[in-house]
Amino acid sequence: MTAVDAAFSGAMRHLDAVPPDWPGNEWWHWLVFTVICIAFVLVMIIVVIYVERRGIAFFAARVGPNRTGPFGVLQAIADAIKVLLKENITPSNADKLVYWLAPAVVFAPTIMIFAVVPFQNGAMMADLNIGVLFVIAISSISTIGVFMAGWSSSNKYSLLGAMRNVAAVVSYEMPVVLSIAGVVLLAGSLSLNDIVLAQERVPFIVMQPLGFLLLFIGGCAEINRSPFDLMEADSELTAGFHTEYSGMKFAMFYLGEYGEAVVMSTIIATLFLGGWQGPVLPPWLWLIVKILIVFFTMVWTRATLPRVRIDQLMAFAWKFLFPLALINLLVTALEILAWPGDLPLYIIPLNFAITAALILLGSKLFKVGWGRVEV
Amino acid sequence: MKFERYGIGIAKGMRVTLRNLVRRRVTTQYPEQRLVVARRTRGNELVWDKEKCTGCATCAKTCPQGVIHIETSPGEENNYTVEKFEVDTGYCISCGLCVEACPYNALFMGYAFELAKYQRGALVLTRDQLEADGRIPSSYFRPELDETLPEQTLLIDRKE
Amino acid sequence: MELRTEPFVLNIGPVHPSTHGVFRMRATLDGEVVLDLDPVFGYLHRGIEKLAEERTYGGVIPLTDRLDYVASMTNNLAYVLTVEKLAGISVPERAEYLRVIMSELQRIAAHLVSVGSFFNDCGAYFTPFLYMYRERENICDLFDMVCGQRLLYNYMRIGGVSQDIPDEFMPALKRIIPHIRGRIDEYDQYLKENEILLARTKGVGILPRDLAINIGASGPVLRGSGMKWDIRKADPYSIYDRFEFDIPTGIQGDCYDRYRVRIEEMRQSLRILEQAVAQIPAGEVRADVPHLIRPPVGEAYAHVEAPTGEVGFHVVSDGSIAPYRCHIRAPSLMNLTALRDMIIGWKIQDLIVIFGSFAITMGEVDR
Repeated sequence: MTAVDAAFSGAMRHLDAVPPDWPGNEWWHWLVFTVICIAFVLVMIIVVIYVERRGIAFFAARVGPNRTGPFGVLQAIADAIKVLLKENITPSNADKLVYWLAPAVVFAPTIMIFAVVPFQNGAMMADLNIGVLFVIAISSISTIGVFMAGWSSSNKYSLLGAMRNVAAVVSYEMPVVLSIAGVVLLAGSLSLNDIVLAQERVPFIVMQPLGFLLLFIGGCAEINRSPFDLMEADSELTAGFHTEYSGMKFAMFYLGEYGEAVVMSTIIATLFLGGWQGPVLPPWLWLIVKILIVFFTMVWTRATLPRVRIDQLMAFAWKFLFPLALINLLVTALEILAWPGDLPLYIIPLNFAITAALILLGSKLFKVGWGRVEV
Repeated sequence: MKFERYGIGIAKGMRVTLRNLVRRRVTTQYPEQRLVVARRTRGNELVWDKEKCTGCATCAKTCPQGVIHIETSPGEENNYTVEKFEVDTGYCISCGLCVEACPYNALFMGYAFELAKYQRGALVLTRDQLEADGRIPSSYFRPELDETLPEQTLLIDRKE
Repeated sequence: MELRTEPFVLNIGPVHPSTHGVFRMRATLDGEVVLDLDPVFGYLHRGIEKLAEERTYGGVIPLTDRLDYVASMTNNLAYVLTVEKLAGISVPERAEYLRVIMSELQRIAAHLVSVGSFFNDCGAYFTPFLYMYRERENICDLFDMVCGQRLLYNYMRIGGVSQDIPDEFMPALKRIIPHIRGRIDEYDQYLKENEILLARTKGVGILPRDLAINIGASGPVLRGSGMKWDIRKADPYSIYDRFEFDIPTGIQGDCYDRYRVRIEEMRQSLRILEQAVAQIPAGEVRADVPHLIRPPVGEAYAHVEAPTGEVGFHVVSDGSIAPYRCHIRAPSLMNLTALRDMIIGWKIQDLIVIFGSFAITMGEVDR
């Protein structure tokens, strides 16, 4: 009893102090945070699945699942149990090792990213001073998992779907990274905790509206959400990279998709909305509220917008978002040079005006996709 | 093809969707809540009035699918006695032509619709089932039955 | 070094996630681009024309319901007009007005289904589909009130309509007309200028006007290509010459134009409905026609403007109680003959969108 007491109080003490970098001095620090990370991600995935199903239903004048558990909160668990009881079919021509590893490679990075996300002032597993770089690097590992799944299925449609997915993710990395670079310039540090602390005056969404839009749109495209979900859509025909998967492996892909949605919402909430800062509630609750606000906006766009075509998707990334991201970075750098120290608040309307002007200019010059091909 | 409208079209669309978010849902949670069907509904069954039926078999001749089977024998007083009157509701298409054809107003469409059975043979309505009590006729082609049936729930009546 | 590529055949099978019925297409693809298209249909063939030879003239009417099951009233009307033309039966005034009211309501309902399914094919995740169906629910309630069924009505009879409307029909209709008009305006705000929809459908799947006329297209497919041809104005049947309404046409014949033509047709139908509701007289609704009618020997053809196009019935009679031959001109089948020419050169996702913009019903194509 006393050993557990000591462990618990030790963990509580460490929640307020600045933790040492990885590897930590007290051995239970990383154990506590590993449990917190995994539990947080899994619980948030279930909450997010509930918000999505009920949200899309309410937008479409329906009710959504409300029979399993009070108000349908146990629907995701019922789905998980159903999927566990299904048969795991492996195609005979499949590359067995790669086929088995692919779901894990897709799902694991979503939990790893939470190692550097602050839940409170300084409460994170490792306060890396290259936090943002870590986030971007780890979130690209899922793409390798997707390609492994498409390749090992020995099905030409899965391979097509996986190649399209990889092409889209790689194209949208550029605007995402450049918009994050803008935030890093404003905050002056790559550590996520410092970025949150730098938003004490105003959250960065008002200082960098174009960056927020770019990160939101690019983020939606990276995690294959509507309007960019042609990789796994129902009314398209090549059924995507997870055609040959069934049973729990398919559930890992499904969880991985919502896990990435949680991760992208967390990144947007931390970088642009101010992370754990807020007046009345405890800080970790503010983080959850902000994640759900960003995710609700993603559900809203999914319910509203039709899907884009594959060549329109690539054209949108390279011809519209990428130049805007470069110009955004240039303007931010110029502003920081012109006003060294803290940026004054009267820059905010100037930033909004620049955003509107750039969107208008880009729309005038931007040509969406190809037309008919001569056969 | 240019990116017309600068993103305003998407913004207007999202506003309309948001307005529909707070409107009333149109789902009715069956079987706890039920809607009242129309008075003239052509349900899945027939209601037969044994007293008025004379065995002329006009309904059987009019039926496009041939689901009504009637057997009669000569009775006293120069009329028919109906021996067998069966309706195969599994093959019936609920068109209502038999109800329109009957010259003595002895046949009605049924009002009930929750009539699923586990075997296809059980869908044949034999004479005993047709003569049972508690079968509600609908007012299809029989406007005198309009007052006995409740009012239909309309979607436009349910307030937003 | 040249990359060696070869085209492959993708079978878009009879069962597919779009809500258009059992239609199979075998597409030859080079990467994403469609090189050739081979449509296969007949999966819903039920032999309606043969069955019609074994039913009486009145008993064929439930069969005609099942042709274009989304728009039953206009199919009933086409058949009934043919038999009345063959037998020389005249219809009372109130029955004509009721027929017009039912046809226009049916047109609105069928266009709501077509437009909703079109957005489903474009990828909007069921939301506009369910909005359109919510408005169609009002019209289904009205039909339920009149004839007892929500989808396959069997309402028109030779010599009029089956029964008169109940008392609560007109007040409900007068409330539903402004309601639907407001909702169509709201959905126009939602979707008419949506950039993603414009990028997906504008300029995609252009049907040239000459090709449309040559293959015998009709309905919104023909009007979307710029040809102002509507049977209600060109060869008026029933009492359509008493109403004033416009014929909307498109400009270039792409998918966006066909969608806009359907929306504008819904607005014109609401206009006709208001005029009909104001002008309807009292009276009989059914002429005195014998039960087993024997038309004189001969043949007749009559056509109506159904939501998908021109539905025509050619009935040949030999003096007995059943038709000798009953041939049905299905508009969806005629419109589909242009599918291959329209799709070659586009990508596979455009194939879904172009096929959806035709808005065919397989019950008509296969009969």
